[in-house]
Amino acid sequence: MPQIRNYTLNFGPQHPAAHGVLRLVLEMDGEIIRRADPHIGLLHRATEKLVESKPYNQSIGYMDRLDYVSMMCNEHAYVMAIEKLLGVQAPIRAQYIRVMFDEITRILNHLLWLGAHGLDIGAMTIFLYCFREREDLLDCYEAVSGARMHATYYRPGGVYRDLPDRMPQYKPSQWHGEKDTQKANERREGSLLDFIDDFTQRFPGLVDEYETLLTENRIWKQRTVDIGIVSAERALQLGFTGPMLRGSGVEWDLRKKQTYEVYDKMDFDIPVGVNGDCYDRYLVRVEEMRQSNRIIKQCVAWLRENPGPVMLDDHKITMPKREEMKGDMESLIHHFKLYTEGYCLPRGEVYSAVEHPKGEFGIYLVSDGANKPYRVKVRASGFPHLAALDEMSRGHMLADVVAILSSQDIVFGEVDR
Amino acid sequence: MNRIKHWVKSFTLWELLLGLKLTGRYLFKRKITIQFPEEKTPVSNRFRGLHALRRYANGEERCIACKLCEAVCPALAITIDAEPRDDGSRRTTRYEIDLFKCIYCGFCEESCPVDSIVETDIMHYHFENRGENIMSKPMLLAIGDKYEDDIAKAREQDAPYR
Repeated sequence: MPQIRNYTLNFGPQHPAAHGVLRLVLEMDGEIIRRADPHIGLLHRATEKLVESKPYNQSIGYMDRLDYVSMMCNEHAYVMAIEKLLGVQAPIRAQYIRVMFDEITRILNHLLWLGAHGLDIGAMTIFLYCFREREDLLDCYEAVSGARMHATYYRPGGVYRDLPDRMPQYKPSQWHGEKDTQKANERREGSLLDFIDDFTQRFPGLVDEYETLLTENRIWKQRTVDIGIVSAERALQLGFTGPMLRGSGVEWDLRKKQTYEVYDKMDFDIPVGVNGDCYDRYLVRVEEMRQSNRIIKQCVAWLRENPGPVMLDDHKITMPKREEMKGDMESLIHHFKLYTEGYCLPRGEVYSAVEHPKGEFGIYLVSDGANKPYRVKVRASGFPHLAALDEMSRGHMLADVVAILSSQDIVFGEVDR
Repeated sequence: MNRIKHWVKSFTLWELLLGLKLTGRYLFKRKITIQFPEEKTPVSNRFRGLHALRRYANGEERCIACKLCEAVCPALAITIDAEPRDDGSRRTTRYEIDLFKCIYCGFCEESCPVDSIVETDIMHYHFENRGENIMSKPMLLAIGDKYEDDIAKAREQDAPYR
């Protein structure tokens, strides 16, 4: 008698819906998933080990590359860990800049997520709309740090440079004359803050557009409602954080519950889902973009009013100004010392976590008193989410695995480290 | 009443029509497309792209082989050998940057005490053969000579922030 056996399907690592390099071994019964077995490690770059062999500041650039769609938030956790162990605090203006860029990063991340999630489920337009707005935010990144993604902008003791007073502008060409160029440059006339302010004015309307395309759309709803349900209790047991946890109805946000930098001075709400399915997670993330927009607005208003230093003046940790360095012997010595040996952290261990766009992103840092970390452990937010993929996708159809996976907002840079 | 509304909306494909209205409006809006090779998006004066070595106005190379950039480079992409020159001044005999290793963090430029190594805003470059990824000292100096005006202008604009 012939026996019916489950069919094993290899999903990825080169599948476009595998969000990079996930290999998923699916045990299927017809088109129903019986077991999903994620294989990770294809993007393992040994960041944790690499960090052990470099002075503290040199690893900031590697933090950008962990979760490569929310760069500055990763830096933030690392920089905060160092500051905590040193017992210093960044100047207030630097804290506002950090909060502002954390929220810009959150919008960047959620826009990419929304575009990719849409593509995975079959909505094409949303991807183009999301990337249009990402372009503006990446210009902010570039204006402030010089890189569109891997910024290396936060430093222990503040941020590297203050916000620029002018934005780069379009130049006329054979395709676009003076008048067109002037129109395109309208938003770029003022400083970076004016540019961001203009963005925050426009952005809520643009989120409305995304919602017009998706929220009520019957195809979107058929693909997401009641897919991958996680109850609030189970979400806590599985170690979910961020929008995954909030989508299940648990009001948990490190920005409020374990406030850092100047988030306690910000006025914003935590959106919470009800059912814990893909649709609720979508709604939570869309609402988070609106809340981030509110925070950015408050930061812009404060930053306009309050100029000041963005770096601590303690040259045992932070770089002296270039002008000082060139004219003053002591500053030059500090400069050379900091760029070769770096600085030493006191013996001890510290854990610092930030509310990353994907959840709780933490850096656990052990120092033995040297100028390099003894050990750095990265608490990646995506890891526990991916671990729950099996439970979430069991009993669903093959196409739903894609929806569930992308609703988890997985990025392999941080899962594999 | 609500049920009738729902019924009518689901049979007239209401939400799909709303979406089509939105995308249809964009069909007639001003396009934001850039015609790439002829046109370029604006580039910040802080942009960190291809490296260059600069000279002083009198033609003397700035680099004094202090090897600070070599020490600070997180990716170990910079290799420097140095010897005293015939006139007794200390200069590099070899200054190489491996562009495959470089992560464009900008630390070399930050660390340089004489503003010699800089990261320019050049981002469109390519290699055709193996080995071309290693930028030698003459290549770096040539880029610096060619774009000195742009480089100097960008540094000057950004000087108050550094």
